[in-house]
Amino acid sequence: MTKRTAWIWLGLAAMVVAFAPLPVPSLSPQVRMFKLDARQYAYSPSELKVNPGDTVTIQLVSTDVVHGLYVDGYDLSVEADPGQTATLTFIADKSGSFRFRCNVTCGAMHPFMIGKLQVGTNAWLYRSIGLAIIAALGSIAWGVFRPKDNGTQHATRNT
Amino acid sequence: MELRLLKPAIKSRYPQLAIFIVMLVGYIFAILAGLIGTPVGSRNFSIVFVWIAWWAILILVAVPFFGRGWCAVCPIPLPGEWLQRDAVLGPEQSRWSSSDRRERIETTRRPKWLNLRVPKMFRNIWLQNISFLLLALFSSVLLTTPNITGIVLAAMLFAAIGLSMIFERRAFCRYLCPVGGFIGLYSQTALIELRIKNKQVCVKCEGKPCYNGNENGYGCPWDVFPGGLTKNTYCGLCMECIRACPHDNIAINLRPFSADLAKPTTRLDEAFKAFIMLGSAMIYAGVLLGPWGALKDAAYNVGTSAWFVYAAVFLGIIFIVMPSLFALCVSRFENINAFKKRFTSFSTALIPLGLMFWVAFSLSFVLTNASYILTALSDPLGLGWNLFGTANAAWQPMLTSILAPTQTLALVGGLIWSARTAQKAANEITVSPLPVIVYCFIVTSVMLWLLL
Repeated sequence: MTKRTAWIWLGLAAMVVAFAPLPVPSLSPQVRMFKLDARQYAYSPSELKVNPGDTVTIQLVSTDVVHGLYVDGYDLSVEADPGQTATLTFIADKSGSFRFRCNVTCGAMHPFMIGKLQVGTNAWLYRSIGLAIIAALGSIAWGVFRPKDNGTQHATRNT
Repeated sequence: MELRLLKPAIKSRYPQLAIFIVMLVGYIFAILAGLIGTPVGSRNFSIVFVWIAWWAILILVAVPFFGRGWCAVCPIPLPGEWLQRDAVLGPEQSRWSSSDRRERIETTRRPKWLNLRVPKMFRNIWLQNISFLLLALFSSVLLTTPNITGIVLAAMLFAAIGLSMIFERRAFCRYLCPVGGFIGLYSQTALIELRIKNKQVCVKCEGKPCYNGNENGYGCPWDVFPGGLTKNTYCGLCMECIRACPHDNIAINLRPFSADLAKPTTRLDEAFKAFIMLGSAMIYAGVLLGPWGALKDAAYNVGTSAWFVYAAVFLGIIFIVMPSLFALCVSRFENINAFKKRFTSFSTALIPLGLMFWVAFSLSFVLTNASYILTALSDPLGLGWNLFGTANAAWQPMLTSILAPTQTLALVGGLIWSARTAQKAANEITVSPLPVIVYCFIVTSVMLWLLL
C-alpha cells in the first residue's frame, strides 16, 4: 500500500466515524416528567436523560430568585418566579447531548448556571473520540513513515 | 515572506499611538465601569468587553494568527513607559545630537527613575506563572464581578507603572503580566514573526541601536536583542527595533503555523507554563461549563473551606497530576539532566494542544454570551442608557448547532498538531514520541468528554 493510499483510507475512516448513521434502538416513546429545582447557580438534578421521541415535561421550581431554563439545540425556554413552578413540555426529537442554562440574569455566576440534557446516546462524543483515535494513529503512522523518507534523502545525498 | 507593505505604518509612530490611545481610553473606561457601573456582570462593560469580547478576539484570532499582536497595542505598559521615557511619542532628538557616540549613549541611558536591572532570579516566567494562577484561582469571581475586574485591571496598570519606575524597560510585560506569559507561549504557533534579515549585518552593526536605542527608536523594551531572536516568545512586537535599525535589517515575516515549535524548549518555567495552561483549560471546562453545581459553589465562594479544597485540587492537578503522568510517559530511568531535557523538550508538544483547548473552551463560552455585547454597548454602565438602541436586546446563544463539531475539529486538530510537534521534538532528542502522543490523546479525550 502506498503512502497516498494509506492517507485516503485514513481519511475515509474519519469520514465514516464522523458521519456514518448509527443504528437507533427502537424504543417506544414515553412520557417523562422531571422536577427540576433551580437555585443560584445550579439545577438539581443537573443531568437529565431521555430517549429519542419521548415527551419530556420539566417542572422548573425556583428556590431563591427568578430563574430560567433555556435548552440549547431545541431553542425552548421557560421562567419561574421564586417559589413558583413553571412547566416546559416538548418532544425530544433531536438526539445528542444538549446544555440547558439559566436565561434570566440571576446573580454573578448566572452565565455558568448550566445543566445537561442527554437524548439517547451522546453519539457525537463517541464519534469525536473515534476521530481522536484515528488522528493519533495517523500521526504515529506518519511518524513511522517519515524517518524512512529522511533516511532515503540522506543516503541519496551521501552517495 | 516579508510583509513590506506594513513597513511605512510601522516606521511612523502615529498609527500605533492612535491605537494605543483608543485602547487606553477603553481600558480606563473598563476600570471605571467595573468600579462605578452596575454590579450585574452581564450588563457591565468591564465584564462583557474584557471577558467576552476581548477574550474572544485574543484567543480565537490575535494569538493564533498574530502571536503577540495584542502586546503590540496593549495599553497597560503605556503610562509607566511614558513616565520612564519622559516622552510620549519618540526619543528626544536633542539627546542624540552630540557627535560623540559615548556621550550620546551616556546621555540617553541616564536614568529618570531607578532604572534597575531586574534581578537574575526573576528573569524567567515563574512570576508570570504565579500571577496567572492567582487570577485563575479567583477566576469565578473575577469573570463575574465587575468591581473585582475593575480592581484587577487597575492593579495591573499601577503595577506596570510602579515597575517602570523601579526597573528598566518593560519589566511588568516581560516578567509579571499574567496574560503576557501565555500569549508568549502560544505566540510560537503564530503566523507572523519579527526577525532579522541578515545576521552578518547585525554582527557588524555598531552600537546595536535595536537594543540600546537611537534617535529613531528606543532600545528594545522587552530586553531582547533582535539579532538573536529565534522564537516569538519574548518579542512583544512593539516595533521599536524596526524604527531604530539603521540598516533596515529587521522585518515582519509571514510564516507557516508553529514554525518556532520545531526547536523544543529547554526551560522548566516554559514547560510548566504549558501544563498550567492545559490544566486550567480543562478545569475551567469542568467547573464553568459543566453541570456540577457543587464545583461552581466551591470555585465562587472564595475563602470557604470548599474553596480551599478547590484551590488545592486545582493546583494539585496542574503541578502534580498532569506533570507526573507526563513524566512517567517520558522517563527512561536515567540521570536527572537527561530526564529534564526530555521533559522540557516534549512539553513543547503541549503548546498547540493547550491553545486548541482554549479555543474550544472559549468558543462555547463566547458564542453563548456574545449577545451581551450588544446590551453592554448601548448601556455600558447599566444605568438605563440606550445609546445605540440595543440596550434591551434579548439574550440569545449563537451558532449552538455548529458548536460541538467546531470544538471537535479544534481538539482533534490540536491533537494532530501536538503529535507532529512531539515527533519534531523526538527527532531532536532521538527518542520515540509515542508515549507523548498517547498522553495527548488521553487529555484530549477528557476535554472532549468535558465539553461535549
